[in-house]
Amino acid sequence: MDSPLRLIASNPVDRLARTVEALLVVASVPLSVGELAEAADDDHERVETALALLHERYVEGRSGIVLERVAGGYAFRASRDAADACARLFERPVERGLSQAALETLAIVAYLGPCSRPEIAGIRGVAADSAVASLVERGLIAEAGRELGPGGAVRYRTTPLFERVFGLESLAALPRLDDLGADAGELRQRLLEVASARAS
Amino acid sequence: MHPTAVRELELDLDAFEGPFDLLLTLLLKEAIEPREVDVAAIVLAFIERLAERDEVDLESCGEFLVLISALLELKARSLFPDEAAELDALEPEEAAEELARRLAEYRRMKEAAAWLVQRLASEHDRWFRLGPAPLAPRAERRLAAQDASALAVALRGLAVLPPNVSLSHMALRFPPVSQFLERFRSLLSRRRRFDFEAEVGGFSRVEQAVAFLALLELRKSGEIALSQAAPFAPIRVSRASRSWAAPAPAGRSPAPPAPAAADEPMPSGAVQRTVPSGLDSSATPQEHEEGLEHPEPERILTWTARSA
Repeated sequence: MDSPLRLIASNPVDRLARTVEALLVVASVPLSVGELAEAADDDHERVETALALLHERYVEGRSGIVLERVAGGYAFRASRDAADACARLFERPVERGLSQAALETLAIVAYLGPCSRPEIAGIRGVAADSAVASLVERGLIAEAGRELGPGGAVRYRTTPLFERVFGLESLAALPRLDDLGADAGELRQRLLEVASARAS
Repeated sequence: MHPTAVRELELDLDAFEGPFDLLLTLLLKEAIEPREVDVAAIVLAFIERLAERDEVDLESCGEFLVLISALLELKARSLFPDEAAELDALEPEEAAEELARRLAEYRRMKEAAAWLVQRLASEHDRWFRLGPAPLAPRAERRLAAQDASALAVALRGLAVLPPNVSLSHMALRFPPVSQFLERFRSLLSRRRRFDFEAEVGGFSRVEQAVAFLALLELRKSGEIALSQAAPFAPIRVSRASRSWAAPAPAGRSPAPPAPAAADEPMPSGAVQRTVPSGLDSSATPQEHEEGLEHPEPERILTWTARSA
């Protein structure tokens, strides 16, 4: 009992780290600290300490497995070195062949979600039915209730899978909309010029 | 219910409280938004009023249907605002402003989509488990040009019947036990005792085993007595007297194992050879009486007791 070996083996955080490691191996979706703590029957802070330990162990370049923080949780993924080998054995059905319409729809849902098909169509100027259906089928977006009021249309939001595929810790990791489309002011000016020419 | 009764139907809705007639007037004057009127509640109020009467007044029911359907149409129309008409009413500057706003919003979303494409490209070497992943289609292997005659030669080689494998070495030929029974019996009829090893020394391994079985058979039937001085020592076979099978008297039961002997581990093979089936410790005194050579009778006693 007094031997140093035994002391190391029974280090509680190390034992918890092993449990967390096991949970992450079994999971096919990222697990949040809360989920890990509940499954490991331990408290959040200790789980976070264990995760930090695992993070050191499974860092890019050190192991074929990398622990990453993604989609509001933690998950294992393959190291980038092994990407070519992975690509030879597996395909990526979720993101393969995403059309421009689907990507624009995805962007709208990611930024403005939850939002309905009429709202998406209002922004893109064309019906969004097939793009929405394709994204739902891929699991990148999912239904999220209905619009308030009579005849409320189904609203959609992005899924954790979306965050995972795009490698986002959360939706907050998306670039700010203000940073995009910076030349909108110029467009507005041109349109106003056309309008004033017509009015006169 | 008189036709006028429909108009006087008292309503208690969220948006309106009073007679149905007044509600219709207010709706037509656009003082109340049709979308705020709960049509189902009006229908319920009418049905409740209807249930209070014994007979159904078809005329008032018909009037109610006409009024309520008109109300439904009004409400349905108000739920779908005519966007085109709204834009038409705008001044050119306002329309341009509105258009610019929409275009800017669309452009931002287009840029966001472009960012997603970039992100997808940069994250392309991130692989992770995604439920049960479908296996990627394997590239088909292309075969080099093949010569048909070479294939024929190869097949011809395979088509030859394989040679029969001899299993003769696996056959164990057991001589009958009875052969050895007779042999030992006749031997003992001539001699009082003999050495087992000396008798079977020239036989094959299988024959020796069968001979040993015959020995056990004879011991079982009480025809012979067996003794062995030490583990792996020669087995002595001797004629048994008729009193052999009788149980030993209680007073002559064997002594408990000597402590000295208990310290020495006993090779199991020796036990088997020393103690064929049925050889109990009561044999030892018998052997003493018969004057057999027994350098260590105590020891044999111990082995038999332990192996029992």
